[in-house]
Amino acid sequence: MDIKDKISKLVPEVEFKEQGDLIAVIPAASFHQVAEALRYDKEDAFDYLRDIVGMDWGETLGALYYLESTTTHARIALRTETADRENPLLPSVSDLWKTAIIKEREAFDFFGIKFVGNPDMRRIFLREDWVGYPFRKDYDEKSNDLNMTNEVNADVTTEYILNADGTLSTEEHVVFQPEDFVINVGPQHPSTHGALRMRVGLDGETVSRVDPVCGYIHRGIEKMNESLTYPQTLALTDRLDYLSAHQSRHALCMCIEQAAGIEVSERAKYIRTIMDELQRIDSHLLFYSCLVLDMGGFTPFFYGFREREMILQIMEETTGGRLIQNYNMIGGVQADLHPDFQKKVKEFIKHMRGIVHEYHEIFTGNVIATTRLKGVGVLSREDAISFGATGGTGRASGWANDVRKHHPYGLYDKVDFKEIVYTEGDSFARYMVRMDEIMESMKIIEQLIDNIPEGEYRVKTKPIIRIPEGNYSTSVESSRGEFAVFLESHGDKMPYRLHYRSTGLPLVHALDTVCRGQKFADLIAIGASMDFVIPDIDR
Amino acid sequence: MGMKQPKIRSMKYEEFKNNDYLESMVKELQDNGVNVVVSKLDDLINWGRSNSVWSFLLGTSCCAIEFMTLGAARYDMARFGFEVTRNSPRQGDVLLVLGTITNKMAPLMKRLYDQLAEPKYVVAVGGCTISGGPFKKSYHVVNGIDKIVPVDVYVPGCPPRPEAFYYGLMQLQRKMKLEHFFGGVNRKQPKPIDE
Repeated sequence: MDIKDKISKLVPEVEFKEQGDLIAVIPAASFHQVAEALRYDKEDAFDYLRDIVGMDWGETLGALYYLESTTTHARIALRTETADRENPLLPSVSDLWKTAIIKEREAFDFFGIKFVGNPDMRRIFLREDWVGYPFRKDYDEKSNDLNMTNEVNADVTTEYILNADGTLSTEEHVVFQPEDFVINVGPQHPSTHGALRMRVGLDGETVSRVDPVCGYIHRGIEKMNESLTYPQTLALTDRLDYLSAHQSRHALCMCIEQAAGIEVSERAKYIRTIMDELQRIDSHLLFYSCLVLDMGGFTPFFYGFREREMILQIMEETTGGRLIQNYNMIGGVQADLHPDFQKKVKEFIKHMRGIVHEYHEIFTGNVIATTRLKGVGVLSREDAISFGATGGTGRASGWANDVRKHHPYGLYDKVDFKEIVYTEGDSFARYMVRMDEIMESMKIIEQLIDNIPEGEYRVKTKPIIRIPEGNYSTSVESSRGEFAVFLESHGDKMPYRLHYRSTGLPLVHALDTVCRGQKFADLIAIGASMDFVIPDIDR
Repeated sequence: MGMKQPKIRSMKYEEFKNNDYLESMVKELQDNGVNVVVSKLDDLINWGRSNSVWSFLLGTSCCAIEFMTLGAARYDMARFGFEVTRNSPRQGDVLLVLGTITNKMAPLMKRLYDQLAEPKYVVAVGGCTISGGPFKKSYHVVNGIDKIVPVDVYVPGCPPRPEAFYYGLMQLQRKMKLEHFFGGVNRKQPKPIDE
């Protein structure tokens, strides 16, 4: 049965919008019922909630829910809204998808939408004493001055409950129990990979609760995008997840090109795909270095950086940048490949294949490494899907979620590569997924590098790009999961709302489940094996 | 009498760009006359200080990753005497701010700065720490950390190249070499200001 018929059968008053993505507009009253029906559908369960995008449509506040099925990989978006701007209430779907708990907190933080039934309605990125909701269109950006007092974190979370007679009541939940010994990790800590802060409840040496506190590097990129033209928005994507700079920018370029009807040349597609894979190897090498460094090994750090430096040099020759390349442009890429590019890439792959055994010899088989990684921090497949933990973390738990396979973009439908899936779900599997992916990425590059067609590397675009009204989205497999761009255009030269799916936010959210019952010292190893980048979480 | 010139082993004095700033600093320091014995002792201590700069890292985003390459083999910062990096403010001489400082992070950065022992220095690395960089217009980004803490050296770039890091840290070493340790930077630590 068609998905449209299914929803219409449940809610006859549903409307469908088909400018760009297919969106079903559902009244808030029957939203939870539809979500539940889709979540537990017999033929095609939409068990993966990709993202919740909070929205301010002027008269109404609301959210877009992007769903995907893990069996058929079909996608659908739902929209629901409320006209009450003073006290906006929407039903929570946190009982259906665990990831909704943290995504709804994000929407609450930015738009002030209260999700009825979500057990944790605290702010997530901004300070708890922040005034106003910055992503609302009527927010005054100068209303909060720099506050230099120390922030005090609340120890209780609020849940809004709708009573049978229509009144709203609140219930409080305690974050840490009185017997928990709470240790603060971060935001200035070498092993949190950036400015992440975790409040960790301990019972002896055993972790009883992890409460991540985000936002120490929240720069408001999505809000800034609303006052930038489309070519200008590109610059900020590189600074989200700086180890997936090419891939994030690739996603945004694809989204704008798709919406504006720009066709990129075959050569540009080749260049983009090769660069994406080089970036992936670069990121995984850094993952290896950091994981080992966090666990106390110093020599492998030099191994990882030795090969990574070769990639950076290749990238620098062509793009001019080492870490942040600013290379993809709307309509293609910024500059043509350096004449030595192909030669150097082939040299690198030959070198890497010859030397990768050193990585495994020093670390993979090491007895300390295996005891600290094997069987530690297990994330089950169901939890991985429910949390939306994509990328290597999800694949280590047996969830085949590679966007390159299931929703191919670039040239991934033309190359032959294997999707690495492990089933153990422990730290060691997460580590092995990345190590194996390095080999697969090299295989992809080898298939493309000799066949780059001649042609334009960038098609000419209009100086001012306007995108027709509608909702558009694209997703790519970045180095650490599904990175997606959700764009709503109102026909202007600037986006009405541009939202990025953070690859790391679900991983940080999953830490609580994964770390419970583990030893405190393993928290660092688990965190490193999850491989999150904080500026991508906070945006 | 010629001006006292700081000597950096890997780079000639003339090759540095803003020597005029350094000269004016020396002039100011020498205005009150210098005791020969104390100044010789100063030189000795400054030689030691400037060649073993322990940096305390506050890495929040991209610049921190670029700083990691300095620690690895290709750029090997041990050659210049600042390879020891610490993650505790109790053990650092220089606060290296690597990455954007947001409104939520600002009080924490101030606290970390206050925890550093005197004599302390601050290096602002990257466009974000200097002025807010690409996020200047954001509602949640501090437009330059010099609004919160005094900055000694600015290293521009997004992120700066490893060579730029070296240049910036060498500039800091030159500054250290010229300062008066006794009666100068080795002063009693003022109480942290509480707003």
